[in-house]
Amino acid sequence: MSIYLNKDSKIIVQGMTGGMGAKHTTLMVESGANIVGGVNARKAGTTVELGGKELPVFGTVEEAMKETGADVSVAFVPPAFTKDACIEAIDAEIPLLVVITEGVPVLDTAEVVAYLEGKNTRMIGPNCPGIITPEESLAGITPHTIAGKGPVGLVSKSGTLTYQMMYELKDYGFTTAIGIGGDPIIGTTHIDALEAFENDPETKAIVMIGEIGGDAEERAAAYIKEHVTKPVVGYVAGFTAPEGKTMGHAGAIVSGSSGTAQAKKEALEAAGVKVGKTPSETAALMREVLQGL
Amino acid sequence: MEFQAKELFAKHGVATTLGVVAETPEAARAAAEEMGGVTVIKAQVKAGGRGKAGGVKIAKTADEAESYARDILGMEIKGLRVNRVLVTPATPPVEEYYFSFLLDRSNRSHLCIASVEGGVEIEEVAKTNPDAVKQIPINALEGVTPEKAAAIVDEAKFPAELRDQAIEMVQSLWQVYVQEDATLVEVNPLARLEGDKLEALDGKVSLDENASEVRHPDHAQFEIREEADALESKAKDKGLNYVKLDGQVGIIGNGAGLVMSTLDVVAYAGEAHGGVKPANFLDIGGGANAQVMADGLDVIINDPQVKSVFVNVFGGITACDEVANGIKGALEILGDKESKPLVVRLDGNNVEEGRRILDELNHPLVTQVDTMDGAADKAAELAHQA
Repeated sequence: MSIYLNKDSKIIVQGMTGGMGAKHTTLMVESGANIVGGVNARKAGTTVELGGKELPVFGTVEEAMKETGADVSVAFVPPAFTKDACIEAIDAEIPLLVVITEGVPVLDTAEVVAYLEGKNTRMIGPNCPGIITPEESLAGITPHTIAGKGPVGLVSKSGTLTYQMMYELKDYGFTTAIGIGGDPIIGTTHIDALEAFENDPETKAIVMIGEIGGDAEERAAAYIKEHVTKPVVGYVAGFTAPEGKTMGHAGAIVSGSSGTAQAKKEALEAAGVKVGKTPSETAALMREVLQGL
Repeated sequence: MEFQAKELFAKHGVATTLGVVAETPEAARAAAEEMGGVTVIKAQVKAGGRGKAGGVKIAKTADEAESYARDILGMEIKGLRVNRVLVTPATPPVEEYYFSFLLDRSNRSHLCIASVEGGVEIEEVAKTNPDAVKQIPINALEGVTPEKAAAIVDEAKFPAELRDQAIEMVQSLWQVYVQEDATLVEVNPLARLEGDKLEALDGKVSLDENASEVRHPDHAQFEIREEADALESKAKDKGLNYVKLDGQVGIIGNGAGLVMSTLDVVAYAGEAHGGVKPANFLDIGGGANAQVMADGLDVIINDPQVKSVFVNVFGGITACDEVANGIKGALEILGDKESKPLVVRLDGNNVEEGRRILDELNHPLVTQVDTMDGAADKAAELAHQA
């Protein structure tokens, strides 16, 4: 089992013919993910060969879903057009929408998140590496070669820390690893992923990676205390970040005294989560948990 | 800064007094003469608490305006040097209110905060009388309609005689927020002047950098370069994501999360090596080609505080052999300019080949360490010894 994405997932790519889109569609095809086509209104009706697979290009998400039975869309659309691409996918009722694009105006994301209310789409991102269910499917840019299938569920704000943690625990492997993104407003949250991992019988333990900014980790801690019975190991990046400076991710900023790594670590620990000081120490904590199961 | 916020207010029809920005005492004098009467001289820096720091003075005459401007220009407020003052006619408020729109991350939407009790000391009011500070959620799809603006004004209990003005101002401020892609539009104080006139006496606007990049090329004018750190400016010119910190170990990595984590790991390692700290944040992203690596190294080694550099790259899409070749190429580009010890930790895809390339290079300044924690320790040790 896994969360959100599995071997039966049929994936289309919005922005498949662009530079990033073509590159990562190729990598997704090579990973074995079932990519069934792409969307580009100006190239509708043509096909593109990527990763040795002839992929049809459709005019709209709706048409692509009708023709291919796709249930996942991955968006590599430039930031100026991301909002419209999301609305289109949501209107077409795609079950899972993964938005990789970095640099989306936050007011646009706020609108999309409000638009999602009561709709049938789950959005992951924006500004994220996407989601991988090793040996089954990949919707995003996470290298599929890092780790295989196993008992660990991983949810992270950061792409490279996702890769690092998968690498450190590659001998155990993962049910699903999901990068939820580093923007101030995102679709799927830590809490959503924790809930899904809690309900996934194959997931035995969960790694949760957070970083400075906002209060998502504090809220996740409260959720864990109430609802999560599986062991959770945590890591928070940004202890040395100065106040008022954006550290790479648009959402990674300490404002006044809020959003600090220390506060997040304390909240997680108060909820019974073991928090590592470094990624390696976090992986070691997870090893101990897994050995004890 | 205040004068920039006011420019945006005026652009969208928010009642405010722009005043004149002066960079010299003489210019402040001229402005005060032109305005006649009593003026206010206000330090223009991106920091709150300017009044308490002595950066806001009321001048009865043009002579006083010049003299106060001389005092204020060059002073430091919260570590920021004052390079300009704003001169405005003094308009003493009868009452002071607080108003803002801001991005509400917790609720993934927008929030309006309004209070008719106390302007400047809003934090204090929030503590002592939280009921007086109204927090009103805004639906991101609906925004602030005339009806919503009226509801806000009524909930915040603006005086009846100001109701219509307040409703209009709330809508104009919402236009500033959405049209300019702001994450904060704050008016503090929102003043009730003589004759029941409502005016934004001071304000602050934070803009979303992503949106500025995508659809507001004009926002570049708000960036005041002399305030930025010289190294940060240089990095920005080269398109690098760099933040200057106060430490001795230069950091280069890929991915915002991994770089933040690297800073933390270096700070921990530094505890055993004389308390050395990370010198910067620098995310070179997925590319890691020779030119980007050279540009990054060039910025970092120009920081006189830096004693050692830690390159921490996880090879994901970009495999480690490409990263190693990037480092090799960067060292060739920089030549003798690179004079500080470099600790490199490579891990991830094709790591063996990456490490082999650097072993073969056998550069006298380059040390390879296999783990992130071990490499941080080595970089801290080298910085401490230097």
